[in-house]
Amino acid sequence: MTTNGQTVIEANNLDLTFQTNDGPVHALKDVNLQIYKGDFVSFIGPSGCGKTTFLRCIAALETPTGGSLSVNGMTPDEARRNRAYGYVFQAAGLYPWRTIAKNIKLPLEIMGYSKSDQDKRVNDVLELVDLAGFGGKYPWQLSGGMQQRASIARALAFDADILLMDEPFGALDEIVRDHLNEQLLQLWARTDKTIGFVTHSIPEAVYLSTKIVVMSPRPGRITDVIESPLPKERPLDIRDSPEFIEVAHRVREGLRAGHADD
Amino acid sequence: MKSVLAVLTVVAAIIVLWYAACIPMNIKGVLVEVERAGAEVQPPSAKDRRDMGEFGLALNNSFVIPATWEQDRPRLPAPHQVATELWNTTVGKKITSKRSLIYHGWVTLSATLLGFAIGTGLGILLAVGIVHSKVMDMSVMPWAIVSQTIPIIALAPMIIVVLYSVGVQGIIPKAVISAYLSFFPVVVGMVKGLRSPDHMQLDLLRTYNASKSQGFWKLRLPASMPYLFASLKIGIAASLVGAIVGELPTGAVAGLGARLLAGSYYGQTVQIWSALFAAAILAACLVGLLGLIERMVLKRMGMAS
Amino acid sequence: MMLVVLAFLVWIAGWWLNTRLAEGPQAGTRAVQLLVPVIFGVTILIVWELVVRGLEVPLVILPPPSMIAERFGSSMPILWADFSQTFLKGALSGYVMGCGAAFLMAIAVDRYEFLRLGLLPVGNFVAALPIVGTAPILVMWFGFDWQSKAAVVVVMVFFPVLVNTVAGLRETTAMQRDLMETYAASYWQSFFKLRLPAAMPFIFNGLKISTTLALIGAIVAEFFGSPTVGMGFRISTSVGQLALDMVWAEILVAALAGSLFYGCVAMIEKTVTFWHPSQRG
Repeated sequence: MTTNGQTVIEANNLDLTFQTNDGPVHALKDVNLQIYKGDFVSFIGPSGCGKTTFLRCIAALETPTGGSLSVNGMTPDEARRNRAYGYVFQAAGLYPWRTIAKNIKLPLEIMGYSKSDQDKRVNDVLELVDLAGFGGKYPWQLSGGMQQRASIARALAFDADILLMDEPFGALDEIVRDHLNEQLLQLWARTDKTIGFVTHSIPEAVYLSTKIVVMSPRPGRITDVIESPLPKERPLDIRDSPEFIEVAHRVREGLRAGHADD
Repeated sequence: MKSVLAVLTVVAAIIVLWYAACIPMNIKGVLVEVERAGAEVQPPSAKDRRDMGEFGLALNNSFVIPATWEQDRPRLPAPHQVATELWNTTVGKKITSKRSLIYHGWVTLSATLLGFAIGTGLGILLAVGIVHSKVMDMSVMPWAIVSQTIPIIALAPMIIVVLYSVGVQGIIPKAVISAYLSFFPVVVGMVKGLRSPDHMQLDLLRTYNASKSQGFWKLRLPASMPYLFASLKIGIAASLVGAIVGELPTGAVAGLGARLLAGSYYGQTVQIWSALFAAAILAACLVGLLGLIERMVLKRMGMAS
Repeated sequence: MMLVVLAFLVWIAGWWLNTRLAEGPQAGTRAVQLLVPVIFGVTILIVWELVVRGLEVPLVILPPPSMIAERFGSSMPILWADFSQTFLKGALSGYVMGCGAAFLMAIAVDRYEFLRLGLLPVGNFVAALPIVGTAPILVMWFGFDWQSKAAVVVVMVFFPVLVNTVAGLRETTAMQRDLMETYAASYWQSFFKLRLPAAMPFIFNGLKISTTLALIGAIVAEFFGSPTVGMGFRISTSVGQLALDMVWAEILVAALAGSLFYGCVAMIEKTVTFWHPSQRG
């Protein structure tokens, strides 16, 4: 169900090799991928397959050693300087010395938004992630799930049209995770952002994505790209439907194929 | 490799700065000396020179700059003067000589080590008591912590004099000061270390029905080692300061503190600086030695990284 | 002899009381946690008083606490003059200058990798040295008055604050730095918004260590020469005159000044780093 709009992220023959004491490590090899506007793309694979590395390349937190990568038609570094994306990390990483509202303001302060605009945006995104009324609390006074929601709000606050999420719910328990997945889908539907989402959970990837990128390690590469046939409207019990199970099966097959090479 | 280079650069920069600082610090004294010797000095009148800045004087009389590094009693001795003095008073003198820094260093070191041993021993004992007795913990521990915030070194002169008046002198009074300076850091550090095992580790021993003393020898004591060594390093440095300060108030004739004091009485700056460096080297060796022992002990215990 | 026996009994009573309190059901409350060390301290004072009087210890060896208190009360003007000379002029001004200089230096060290690699080992090394020994030199350079004491204090507090601040500024996690990177934050933005706040617990650690060092430096420097006022001066001259009650009164002043100074810095720390786990407790 891709919207087939304009290309937002495009990777051609992307390579990234780390030089370590034990010789070179091919974190990414020959990665080709196109992500269109409004896509929800999941990257799934075992650890060491380069899914996080690829996301960090898009965010210009890593520099590829070969091939080309463009974000919004620019180099990743230019896109970073233009504040083209919001990034959500594995942990919430909220600053303990700032309240939730002040944490969400952090990027706005750095990017030089006006005071009144800052307040308005903070209220809007707090509403969006269902944390209205918690702005004055300190992070350590909130549960893990609420902290992660606040960190998503922080990434949304400055209205970048790309949202990059690196296993954002990995540290949460399954019940909280289901809830947040549902909320994330609603949020995506409302804001029409392009989302890159790294996970190691097959149900999560299938439930959330319009496009699932299956990766495998040594060298890190893409083994399969699955366009999801699921409708955009997805209640939680869609996970019991035959289509869902079919897609999940294909993902599992892809992961297994990657392992067979070892 | 890069860090070695960086350290060497910084040390070299310090030495260069030091030489440079000698020029303005010593220029006035040097000019008086060379004038007395008959050389011509700019400006000629002593009064004009007094009003002139040190840097101006150095510019006008650049020919005396080398002399600022060779003065007999400079305000700031040059590095090589200190190094020469250190060399002459360690290698160049017989150890028994009253001018040998090794002799003076040993006087201070012996008091330091004796005091450190007493202070550490008592500190560990008290820490064990505190960990095992709730009364001691609640009564003594707050005072041990408070004692770290007050300059107990102020007690030093009194201890020397009081012990002297009851007939105790020599190494003991200094050792007493060293002992109580190293005592409190060791108590606080050791209590922290003995309490460092977490609940799970303690519960494990409970499931074995281990006795209190088994828990102490098998868990608490080994777990406290990193903390113990950290506070031992603080303690030995404090002990050395205690021994040096202990030599000040009675006008002791031997020891590094006595060298400092005598040097400041007679304006023997080179002597002060060399005593200071001897103390620094001594401190560095002691802390380094403890670091080495720490590494060996922790390695044998499998705790070193 | 009666007094000594009495002292023994007071000791037993104090210890018994503390045991009851510490092992009683109220042991966890704040009041008891405060009361027990106070009872311990008071017991020691009473025992000290009784033993000194009972054994008729000469005043030149150990004066009883009552006499020290009396001396403290009757010598207020002298003690205040000494306190203001040594603490307010010498220790405090040196503390402010030394900590300020160390902080600025730490920023430079943090900014330039090469400086950090080179200066930090040197700083760590110097921090362990008996810096008090520079006192005679600095007294020679800056004269007998408080300026030389302040100079000694500057040298003493500089390295602990430097080393702690540099360590603190590096205390951020890779994730926090990446976050700033994704915002394309400038060096100073990430300095003020991330690294400086994150460094605060470390900086205060250095500042707290330095409070004691400042007092030690100011007092010991006076042993090498001072005007006829100051805590170190008073201690060394009173020791010479065997006026031990005065010495103890000065030590009391030093103890009060030291713990109050530390307490003030600790209180500022509590308001600044309220968010840190060690302060939330």
